[in-house]
Amino acid sequence: MVSRANRLATPGVPPTRGGGSAVAASELARSVNARDPESALALAEEVLGRAVKIGATEAEVLVMAGDSALTRFANSEIHQNVVEHSLTVNLRYVVGKRIAVVSTGKVDTEGLRSLVNRAAAIARSCEELDDWAGLSAPANGATRAAISAWSDGSAEATPEFRAEGVRAVIAAADAVGVTAYGSFSTEAEAVAVANSAGIRAAENRTSAQLLTVHMSPDGGTGYAEGVSMDATTIDAAAIGREAATKARAGDRAVVVEPGDYPVVLEEYAVVDITDMLGYLGFSALAVQEGRSFVEPGRRIGSDLVTVIDDGGDREGLPMAFDYEGVVKQRVPLVEAGVCREVVYDSQTAARAGRRSTGHGLPAPNPWGPFPLNAVMSAGATPRDELIGGLDRGLLVTRFHYTNVVHPKLAIITGMTRDGTFLVEGGEIVGPVRNLRFTQSYLDALAGVSAVSSSRKTIKGFLGAAIVPALRIDAWTFTGVTEF
Amino acid sequence: MRDLTDRALDTAAQLGATYADVRVIRRRDESIAVKSGRVEGVALGETDGFGVRVLVDGAWGFAASDTLDLAEADRVGALAVRVAKASATALRRPVELDGRPPATGTYETPIVEDPFKIPLETKISDLVAADRAAGAVTGVAFTESIYTGHREWKTFAATDGSFTEQVLTQVGTAVEANAIEGDEHQRRSYPDAGGGYQAAGYEYIRGLDLAGHAEQYAEEAVALLSAPQLPSGRRTIVLDPSMLYLQLHESCGHPTELDRVFGTEASYAGTSFLTPDKLEEGFRYGSDLVTIVADATAAGGLGTFGWDDEGVEAQAVPLVQNGRFVGYQSSRETAPRVGLRSSGGMRADGWNRIPLIRMTNVSMLPVPGMSLDEIVADTDDGLYLANNRSWSIDDRRLNFQFATEIAWEIKGGKKGKLYKNPTYTGITYEFWRSCDAVGDERSFVMLGTPNCGKGEPSQTARVGHAVPGARFRNVQVGVGKW
Repeated sequence: MVSRANRLATPGVPPTRGGGSAVAASELARSVNARDPESALALAEEVLGRAVKIGATEAEVLVMAGDSALTRFANSEIHQNVVEHSLTVNLRYVVGKRIAVVSTGKVDTEGLRSLVNRAAAIARSCEELDDWAGLSAPANGATRAAISAWSDGSAEATPEFRAEGVRAVIAAADAVGVTAYGSFSTEAEAVAVANSAGIRAAENRTSAQLLTVHMSPDGGTGYAEGVSMDATTIDAAAIGREAATKARAGDRAVVVEPGDYPVVLEEYAVVDITDMLGYLGFSALAVQEGRSFVEPGRRIGSDLVTVIDDGGDREGLPMAFDYEGVVKQRVPLVEAGVCREVVYDSQTAARAGRRSTGHGLPAPNPWGPFPLNAVMSAGATPRDELIGGLDRGLLVTRFHYTNVVHPKLAIITGMTRDGTFLVEGGEIVGPVRNLRFTQSYLDALAGVSAVSSSRKTIKGFLGAAIVPALRIDAWTFTGVTEF
Repeated sequence: MRDLTDRALDTAAQLGATYADVRVIRRRDESIAVKSGRVEGVALGETDGFGVRVLVDGAWGFAASDTLDLAEADRVGALAVRVAKASATALRRPVELDGRPPATGTYETPIVEDPFKIPLETKISDLVAADRAAGAVTGVAFTESIYTGHREWKTFAATDGSFTEQVLTQVGTAVEANAIEGDEHQRRSYPDAGGGYQAAGYEYIRGLDLAGHAEQYAEEAVALLSAPQLPSGRRTIVLDPSMLYLQLHESCGHPTELDRVFGTEASYAGTSFLTPDKLEEGFRYGSDLVTIVADATAAGGLGTFGWDDEGVEAQAVPLVQNGRFVGYQSSRETAPRVGLRSSGGMRADGWNRIPLIRMTNVSMLPVPGMSLDEIVADTDDGLYLANNRSWSIDDRRLNFQFATEIAWEIKGGKKGKLYKNPTYTGITYEFWRSCDAVGDERSFVMLGTPNCGKGEPSQTARVGHAVPGARFRNVQVGVGKW
């Protein structure tokens, strides 16, 4: 039976509860588990009450309780298999404009007492943050339909279930004489936030990811990945076959000279573009510090490019609220190639005189808010027809080790990996050795000439994104490697 | 503590484990973040728990928990065995470990001033003073300064009778100035981008004198806004230690990790071009001046300890000797496969992660003769590059590209004109073979990074690098279109 709870910020919820007895605290801590977000919220309220009782003028408590597991394989055998249970309490303790953050995994009576006392002592030692605008309060009437971010299929995944998926991936590799390297992870967590301004938010979330790199004895490599809230919907055999086919197609790669080529980027590569642009530009803090390329109304992409941040999209890994307990808003980042909005947390919103969009990270957070649920709109071109538009270009499966060369121009360098192919006359003619690129991702968006009609959910470094494959008119490759 | 470790090990052994180890870890992290003169965050994090690793039927299993009691030791020990049995269903080469004597004893990082006993007010005021000094320079858009203190109490026990206890203490700090004009965003960091770190007490922080350097670095950030773009071409470059350590990290540290060589990181960070046949042939990795070691005993290194997370004693192992590839960083499982003993490089990111082969202190040894300043004086026409800003390398660690915060032109043995947005690129072994000058002891400094990523689930390692600065010939610089 699915156990789901999703209690969001609503006015009228009592702000705090008690100072708690020692016995109650221990019992609360023992009861917290990923399946029951209300248990996490009860612990958050307990800590909040203790903080207020000893003198906090404001306080915020974030509780995260989770069970995660990962089965890792290489050389077509499982070589690492881990499971973990963890619980973290993060307290933001405010006295006037003096702020301290203390986190702990010790949630017995003494641990909680120590948590609030340490926070109080640190706050007393801090300087005031002159533009502190206070913790977020619940938005008036800003409730939204609860989203389900939970699946028993992931929460109940066993080591044996993951091993079965891995065996399916390996079987696909064996079938074509290649070897498999990858991981199958499953995670379930309860997240709860309570603050002294009245926010009460709790939900439980699950996720699963299966990825594999297949390596051929003749030099080819191939990649495939599946991400879902529900581990049972991931087709391990299909992922194995996708990587196997690509690995064999990549055998005996030849060198093409670096230079400008039109490209088709598969979804595994496109997620790096949405992540990097979210990281560099679409954070309110980046705008406020003058280091973002984003200006409302500025064109940065072709008409075919639309990106929103939507924590409610169940094709991805949904989140109803952020780590400050603020309900996540659906934020248009780029519409038909034109910059629209950026995402805010409480502090950046206060500086801008507006409300948070629900994109805060756990305190303390000097990095600012980020879009963690990017969704790029699908286009009209069937995925298989994207390369049909290339007279002479490259098909790129994914990128490796990308990094920022110039932040305001969004110039990024990185390598291609696990399947790079030369396309001539709209047909793949053969594999090529991996190339280094040094490319402005803004220029890349401006050059998008076709968008696939299908999309995939991919985990990047900024959460999970839903992205299509893209055809881009020009991509600057600046080097080549030996494989 | 011994009752908990005994209980976990006994449970695992009774359920079929042929080998088991357990690590009980308590961590304490303190951080201060100052931005544009204001204290934006003061945080204290504590975590403790234990992880049990077992071998059953030649397969690994691991389980961890943050609840430190005997019942949980039973549960976690049993769960690790169950996980290992699931692993055994997809196993082709049973794990065999090299031998080592049981590890016993204690180790503690030598420190002068306990960073956790320095009053918080002192640490805040030191950092704020530096940050405000940088922010006082006209043209600076914003400043960021950080301080971190890290302490880890670690108990290790294994079914072979090993039992060790360690206390590791590390600190780090940085001041950073940012200047922005139009599309340009220039940054200078002291002592390094992201911070200078050592296994030390607060005496290391005082010795860096952040406030005394802040103004100079801030002025450089502003000056870079009007500096010309570094033109593309092949040049002689001299790498400051603040860049050389990351070059070493990416192009020698990672490719000499033996788990990468055997493919166990293939799906994430990648593999390595330094395959075992290259060890047998004594592959020419660099010029005769290039000697590189992994030394877990080096003073001040973030990778300095008494024993690794398999109970192997800290040691120094050669990786590259006078340009020849001679050794790997390894574990008890991987080393025997190439006829070696473990280098003592297994390290885990806390109680809830399994140990992986991680760098300890991968360092380039100095060469008697010239200091770094004398190398500059010995250079007719070149570039001096300092402080990394961007890094990227392919998944076998061959094709790399780095950007630095700043470049000075060297003409006639003197540093002069500034260039902005400097980049350089190459192929690892071609680059190291082009090394024709290495600094001596006078330029040899211990640096490091606290955020080396590897593994799934993701792990962050704290690794050290001692480097002297060095010169390289005929290197491609100024990559891309500007």
